[in-house]
Amino acid sequence: MLHCNIPIKKDVAQQHPIINPKTQKKVDYLDQLEAEAIYILREVAGQFERPALLFSGGKDSICLVHLALKAFRPGKFPFPLVHVDTGHNFPEAIEYRDNLAKELEEKLIVRYVADTIKEKNLQDGKGKFPSRNGLQTYTLLDVINEFEFDACIGGARRDEEKARAKERIFSVRDEFGQWDPKKQRPELWNIYNGKIDQGENVRVFPISNWTELDVWNYIKRENIQLPSIYFTHERECIKTEHGQWMNVNEFVQLEPTDKIEKVKVRYRTVGDMTCTAAVESEAHTVDDIIAELKDTKISERGATRMDDRVSEAAMEDRKKGGYF
Amino acid sequence: MELLRFFTAGNVDDGKSTLIGRLLYDSKSISTDILETLTKQSKSTGVDADIDLALLTDGLRAEREQGITIDVAYKYFTTDKRKFIIADTPGHVQYTRNMFTGASNTDLAIVLVDARHGITEQTRRHSIISNIVGIPHVLVCINKMDLVNYDEEVYNQIKADYTHFAESLNLKKVSFIPTSALTGDNVVKHSENLKWYQGPSLFEFLETVEIEQDFKTQEARFQVQYVIRPQTEELHDYRGYAGSILSGSFKKGDKIAVHPVDLTTTIEKIEKFGQEVEEAHAGEPVIIHVADNIDISRGTTFVPNTTFVPNTTFVPNTISITDGNTIHTPSQSIQTEKTFEAIVCWMDNKSFQPGQKLLLQQNSFRSKAVIKEIDNKINIYNFKSEPSDGSLHLNDFCKVTIKTAETLSFDEYANNRKTGSFILINENTNNTVAAGVITS
Ligand SMILES: Nc1nc2c(ncn2[C@@H]2O[C@H](COP(=O)(O)OP(=O)(O)O)[C@@H](O)[C@H]2O)c(=O)[nH]1
Repeated sequence: MLHCNIPIKKDVAQQHPIINPKTQKKVDYLDQLEAEAIYILREVAGQFERPALLFSGGKDSICLVHLALKAFRPGKFPFPLVHVDTGHNFPEAIEYRDNLAKELEEKLIVRYVADTIKEKNLQDGKGKFPSRNGLQTYTLLDVINEFEFDACIGGARRDEEKARAKERIFSVRDEFGQWDPKKQRPELWNIYNGKIDQGENVRVFPISNWTELDVWNYIKRENIQLPSIYFTHERECIKTEHGQWMNVNEFVQLEPTDKIEKVKVRYRTVGDMTCTAAVESEAHTVDDIIAELKDTKISERGATRMDDRVSEAAMEDRKKGGYF
Repeated sequence: MELLRFFTAGNVDDGKSTLIGRLLYDSKSISTDILETLTKQSKSTGVDADIDLALLTDGLRAEREQGITIDVAYKYFTTDKRKFIIADTPGHVQYTRNMFTGASNTDLAIVLVDARHGITEQTRRHSIISNIVGIPHVLVCINKMDLVNYDEEVYNQIKADYTHFAESLNLKKVSFIPTSALTGDNVVKHSENLKWYQGPSLFEFLETVEIEQDFKTQEARFQVQYVIRPQTEELHDYRGYAGSILSGSFKKGDKIAVHPVDLTTTIEKIEKFGQEVEEAHAGEPVIIHVADNIDISRGTTFVPNTTFVPNTTFVPNTISITDGNTIHTPSQSIQTEKTFEAIVCWMDNKSFQPGQKLLLQQNSFRSKAVIKEIDNKINIYNFKSEPSDGSLHLNDFCKVTIKTAETLSFDEYANNRKTGSFILINENTNNTVAAGVITS
């Protein structure tokens, strides 16, 4: 069941009446964030010939799709949804993805990391939690080349990580998908310069200025449906040395010392099953999640990502290599 | 809840990073894992304090190695009253462009002053940049009060000096707060040490300062970003102009002038998120439908027909006689020109070459453009105009004459930040090489 269809429900519209300047009613910050994101999406539509929206099945990209509906309906999206499937995705996220594309009648392109590994004879992820996070960059760059995408819209936010805090909204990548922090263009007012040469592309981040809490408040306000793994459920997990809960699945190499426990958990991000940790939670509803977030002390990445812990500058290096 | 965007400016070592770190820390916006990394880092850089709050705002490795902030970093924090977006910009003169960039989108400037040094050249420069960018409100944070024994006299003197200096600028509003970012005095909580100070703490100030809603009361402006044409069977003739209201408001039935084609028509319908609305206001993303089939594309500007002067028999409806018999004169009308004057800040490492091929972008409008003349150079330490030697280097502010290939519809920046601002793009490198504000 999806609630993405425009027109937006009546009660939502009434909750947010048009602001009359004469009565000096204050504009809500979610309206401003939403307006900014829609403005950016429309700039992508206006400036590029072959844009794409990178869809991960996670809450941030689900919000992007919702914003795209608001930006372009009754027209079709001026871009396809593109998913790089690591093969380690949560089945709930994949199901959600397929339903969404079908319901919205929008084009969905899926490319598989497994195919890239075969084609390029790459080494698959190894170890206890075999990650394909690094490998998905190859698939991403391939799909960009295949369709000659000149702009890729993503759901990254500046509050996620320090190296992202300086990310532009229009972030220029060279032919190799590389990001050079020294070559980023200054971004002034609401003027976005997406002019590029053949072969280059721009990564666009419409929700750069949103925080995790903003995203949840927006999901609540707009009544956006999410994959079930964002809410509490029982799951078989093992505890890692950092004290994080990892779910037991066919990809994780169990060790004799691992104790499998049934825990009530939910996911704060929906990434690769092998490197996204679950958090203990009793949150059944979006309201529960918001309440929970308001008194959690750990950042989204810190709580759920195993791959950034390796080094302080891990993200920066991955980005330079073409990672989103 | 409201949104407040502000930027911070200060000399190196005035305590800007510490102040922002303190705001985030004391408002509990820092997660424990991030604090943990910071504690580790603080140790490895050999800084004494438990955590070096300044490290919070230092992003990229190259910068960490050099120990300076070289870009605009965005930080976020939320209180019960407001969400804040901080554009943290570097203080060095060689990063003037970054400061201009960070400031362009904000409602408030926080200028830091070291209480021991008072107003410096840098303070003047930061304030003048804020002035050119047209920031409605400047807050002067007189920091490191702990190092001057929290002396009221010191504070008053700096306040007087700044007020005197600000008179030469047209800053709309200036406020002052004494703080110590290091000890936290008056940042979030009121301080025993600063009992003589009656005003709000920085935090209280940020939560309550009035956000200028300029755009709402200005003349109506809209620019097309994208044309929506579903071309399906049931929406065969649908043609909607998607864009955001830049300023003022538009109503269904409004007579509008369409620039640069110079034609008039009527607003037939305004849609917002799939629903028809009677009226739409500054900031709102909408789809507008017009009555006549005229040539409208990305970059086309809509304005009220009342501001459309040439050969019109239409009686402007802004001239109306009210009860008190006062006549409302029409406000500033849109200008449509190919030549205009502007102040530009040069942002490219490579200096301007006469005859250089440029593209001008204003919102979604683009046109080929050239800088015809460099009229004056603006001294960013005293805001005086100096004769230009014809060059335009990184971080220079100059008054220039620009000529565009297509007609530009604009307002002076002082009247409208949305339609009075533009960037210049180098046609060969695609880089954004300058930012400009239109003066006439
Ligand atoms: N005594 C005192 N020291 C401060 C204060 N604010 C910052 N500092 C110190 O001044 C130095 C420079 O501060 P920093 O925040 O890095 O300055 P920035 O270059 O403006 O970002 C650091 O050693 C801080 O600990 C203050 O209010 N009082």
